[in-house]
Amino acid sequence: MRYLLRRLGFFVLTLWAALTINFLIPRLMPGDPAIAILARFHGRLSLSALHAIEDSLGIQTTQNIWVQYVTYIGNTLRLNFGDSIQTLQPVSQVVGAAIPWTLTLVGVTTILAFCLGTGIGALAAWRRGGKADSVLPPLFVVGTGLPYFWVGMMLIILFAEVNPWLPVALGVDPGVTTGFNAEFIGNALRHAILPAAAILITSIGGWVLTMRNTMVTTLAEDYIRMARAKGLSSSRIMWDYAARNSILPNLTGFAMSLGFVVSGSVLVEDVFNYPGVGFQLVQAVENEDFPLMQCLFLLITVAVLVAVLLADVATALLDPRTRTAR
Amino acid sequence: MSRILEVRDLTVEYATPRGSVVAVESVDIDLAEGEFLGIVGESGCGKSTLLFAIAQLLTPPAAITSGSVVFQGRNLVGLTDKQLAASRWRNLSVVMQSAMNAFSPVKSIGAQFADAVRAHENWSRDRIRQRSAEVLRLVGIDPMHLKSYPHQLSGGMRQRAMIAMALLFTPELIIMDEPTSALDVVAQRSLMVQIKELQDQLGFAVAFVTHDMSLVSHFSDRLVVMYAGQVAEIGGTRTVFDSPAHPYSRGLLEAFPSIRGPKVPMTGIPGNPPELINPPPGCRFHPRCPVALAECSSVEPELYPVGEVEVRCLLHAKDGVARV
Amino acid sequence: MATIDVSAGVGEAPDTGRRSRRDFRFGGNLWLAIRSNRKASVGLGILVFFVILAIIPQWLKPGDPGAEIYARMAGPSAAHWLGTTAYGQDILAEVIWGARPALIIAILAGLFATVLSVLIGVSAAYLGGVADDVLNLFTDVFLVIPTLPLVIVIAAYAKHSSVTVLIIVLVITGWSYGARQLRSQALSLRNRDFLQAAKVRGERSSYVIVFEMLPTMTSLIVANFLGAALYAILTASGLEFLGLGDTSSVDWGTMLYWAENNEALQTGQYLWAVVPGVCIALLGTSFALLNNAFDEISNPALRPVRRLRVTHS
Repeated sequence: MRYLLRRLGFFVLTLWAALTINFLIPRLMPGDPAIAILARFHGRLSLSALHAIEDSLGIQTTQNIWVQYVTYIGNTLRLNFGDSIQTLQPVSQVVGAAIPWTLTLVGVTTILAFCLGTGIGALAAWRRGGKADSVLPPLFVVGTGLPYFWVGMMLIILFAEVNPWLPVALGVDPGVTTGFNAEFIGNALRHAILPAAAILITSIGGWVLTMRNTMVTTLAEDYIRMARAKGLSSSRIMWDYAARNSILPNLTGFAMSLGFVVSGSVLVEDVFNYPGVGFQLVQAVENEDFPLMQCLFLLITVAVLVAVLLADVATALLDPRTRTAR
Repeated sequence: MSRILEVRDLTVEYATPRGSVVAVESVDIDLAEGEFLGIVGESGCGKSTLLFAIAQLLTPPAAITSGSVVFQGRNLVGLTDKQLAASRWRNLSVVMQSAMNAFSPVKSIGAQFADAVRAHENWSRDRIRQRSAEVLRLVGIDPMHLKSYPHQLSGGMRQRAMIAMALLFTPELIIMDEPTSALDVVAQRSLMVQIKELQDQLGFAVAFVTHDMSLVSHFSDRLVVMYAGQVAEIGGTRTVFDSPAHPYSRGLLEAFPSIRGPKVPMTGIPGNPPELINPPPGCRFHPRCPVALAECSSVEPELYPVGEVEVRCLLHAKDGVARV
Repeated sequence: MATIDVSAGVGEAPDTGRRSRRDFRFGGNLWLAIRSNRKASVGLGILVFFVILAIIPQWLKPGDPGAEIYARMAGPSAAHWLGTTAYGQDILAEVIWGARPALIIAILAGLFATVLSVLIGVSAAYLGGVADDVLNLFTDVFLVIPTLPLVIVIAAYAKHSSVTVLIIVLVITGWSYGARQLRSQALSLRNRDFLQAAKVRGERSSYVIVFEMLPTMTSLIVANFLGAALYAILTASGLEFLGLGDTSSVDWGTMLYWAENNEALQTGQYLWAVVPGVCIALLGTSFALLNNAFDEISNPALRPVRRLRVTHS
C-alpha cells in the first residue's frame, strides 16, 4: 500500500535526521566538547579507552568529517555506542539495564492514560452541556499546564510526609533480589505507582481534550443523526459511530504526542530516582557522559518513531479510506 | 385512506446568544397513507428543521417548544430515544441530503444496513444479508456492493443505497431531506422517478423537502410552501402550481422559465428572507411583496382556505374570496 | 500541548472555520469573547497578575533577591512571608523576581516559534504541490523528535549557557506543532472565494497571504502563541530544574533545582520546594486556559452549546 510505504519512508527519513542531529550537535556547539573531554580525561585514561570515547562520539579528529560520519553511522547500526564515561561499562549495557524499567513504567502508563483519556473525552463530548462536560474539560485543561516534575514533587510530599504509604524513590527497595519472582515484581510495582501517577495526571489532559474536541466535531456529522434515526442505542452510536470516527484521524497524532509524554517521564524519573532511561539521561548530563547521552537520545527518538509507525499501521488497518488514498 | 401523520401547531426554537429564534412556527400538516407531500421554500425557511422536528432528530440548541406530532396515533413529541426506537426505521425512516455524509465512512454499506436491522430485530446474519441484497436490487444496485465502503460508490449510487437502507423494513413513512440536491440534473430526475416507482410498488408515504419546486411538483400529490418558518401555502400540487394563491408562491413559480410557453421577461423576488430573530411585523413577506396592502405591515395573516388550498395571505382573508 | 486536532497522513483535518472574512472582526469582539468565556477570564487574570510581578518587582521587594544574607532555613515570619532557603535567601523575594525571566522566556520563545509556525505552515498550505510535501516532511521530522531529550542534549553541550541559547532551542523545537495546525486551517481557506477574488484582481501571493489569509486566522495564531508559550515555560523550567539553565539566576526552575539539591523535600522545607512550582503551574495553567479559550473562539463548533428549557404537555 502506498500509504504504508510513505509512512515507512518517513520513519527512515526521521531516523536518519535524528542520527545526523546526534552527530552534529557536539560539533556545532561553541567550544569543542570533544577537546574538553579529551583534556579532562587525558591523564587518567588508557589510550584505548580514549579511542573508545573518540569512536563513540565519532570524533576522530585526525579524519575528515565525512569519514567520521560514516564510521559513526556504521557504529550506531552495529549498536556500538562506546563506553560510558562514568562507569567505563559499555553504553549498550547501561542502557540495556535501564530499558525494562522505563518500558514498563512509561509504556503501561501511556496506554492507561490513552484509554482512560479517550474514554473520558468521548463521554464528555457525548454529554455535552451536561455537568460532566462543564467541569471536567476545564479541569483537564489545568492539568496540561502543570509541570511533570512538580506533580511528582507534590506526590512525594503527599505520600512521604503526609501519608507514608507508598515508596517515593528508586525502582525497588535495596536488598530485593532482581528476577521474575513475586517479591521483586510486587515491590517494583509499588515503587512504580507514584511515578506512574505523576505521568498519568499530567498527560491524561491532552488525550481527553483532543478526543473531546474531535468527538464534538464528529457528533455534528450527518451520519450520527442518521444513526439516531435508525434507532440505534446511545452507546452503540457513541462508540461505534462517533468514537471510532474520532480516534482514527487522531491515531498518528496521538503517537506523535508520545514525544511529550516521554519528555515528561524523563523529569518524573529524575524526581523519583527511578532507574529508567530518563534517569540515566539526567545522570549522563550531569556527569558529561556524552556517549551515554547520545545513545539515550537516539533510543528515545527511535522509540517514538516506532510508536508512530505502529500507529500508522493501525490506521491503515482500521481506516478503509487509506487503502484507496492518494 | 387514513391519516398516518398529524402535525399540529408545531413550533421549533433555537437558543442563541441573542435570545431564542423561532425557526418553525405553528405548523399544521397532515399526511395520508401513500401520499407524496412536497415541502418547498428558500434556504433558511425552516423546511429542514421542520422535517427533523417531525422525525424527532433535533439537537440542542434547537428544540420543539410546542405542538404535537401524532404518527400512527402516537404523539412523538417529548418521547425519549428509547421510546421512539420502536417506531424508528420500522415505521418511519429518513433519507438525507448527502449520502457521503450520512454513511459512516469507516463501515461498509452492508454493516450499516445490518446495524439498522439489528437495532430492531434478532434476525440471523443470512436473513439480514438476504434482505439487504433485496433492497439494493430494488434500487438497481448490485448486491456485491454490500461489502463496499461509502467512498467507493458514485454519488448517485450512494444516494440510492441510502434509499434502499430506508426501505429495509418497508416503513409507512419516509422522510427525505433534499436527497437530490447533491446530484446533477439527470441523476436527479432518475432518482425521483425511482422513488415514485418504489412508492407505487410498496405504498409508503413520503415527506419530501427541497428548494426545487419544479422538480418536486411533477411527483408530489400535495405541496407545502414555507416562508420564514411559517406555512405560506398548502394544497394539492396541481392547484398550487397552476394557480398559486400566495404572492410568494407566485414569485417562486415565475422564477422558473417555461420551456414551452411564450418568452417573458423573468422576475425574481427582490430582497432577502427576513432574519428570524426579528421578523417583520404583520405578514413576514410584506417587505418583498409586490401586491402588499396597507394592513399587511401590521396584521399577521392566518391560513385562510381558498378553494382546495390554504393560504397565509390577507388578500384572501375575507371568506376565502380573493380580492385581487 | 493542550489539544491535538489535526489529522496526520489520512485525509484532511476537519474544517476549522466555515465563516466568511466578514465574521472575523477582531478587536472589540475579542474582549467580549474573553469576558464571556470563564476559562479565558481566569487565565487572563492569572497572567495579568504575573505580568505585574514581572514589571515592578522592585516595588514589591526591593533589593537583590538572590542575596544570601538572612537566617537559613527559617520558617514563615513577618519579615519573610515564605521563609528562607538553605542559603539564607528570602523565598518570597525570589519568587516575585522570578516572574520576569519566566515571562520573558515564555513570551519571546512563544512569539518566535509562532512566527516560524505561521511562515512554514501557511506557506506550505498556500504553495501546495512539491513545496507543500517538502515543508510537511520537514515539519513532521521536527514534530516527532522528542523535545526534552533533545533540549537536554543541546543544553548539556552548551554548558549552562545563557537565556538566549535556551530561547533559540525552545523555538527550534516548538514551532512544528503550530505549523501543522496552521497549515490545516490555511488549507481549508485556500480555495475560499475571497482569496480567489484577490488572485483574480492580480494581487501578489505575498499580499494575499499576509493581508487576506492571515487576518482570518488570527484567533488560531493567538491560540498557537499561547500553546508555544506554555511549551516554553514547562520545558524551560524542566531544564532549569535539572540544573541546565543558568544556576546562578533567580528563576523558579532554578529555585527548584537548588531546593532539590538541598533535599528540601526530605528536610521539611516545603515552601522552598512547593511555591516556585506552584508559580510555574499557575503560569502554565493560565496559558493553557487561554489557549483552550482561543481554540474555542477560532472553532465555534467547540463552544458550549445552549439548551432550551422545554416542557412537554
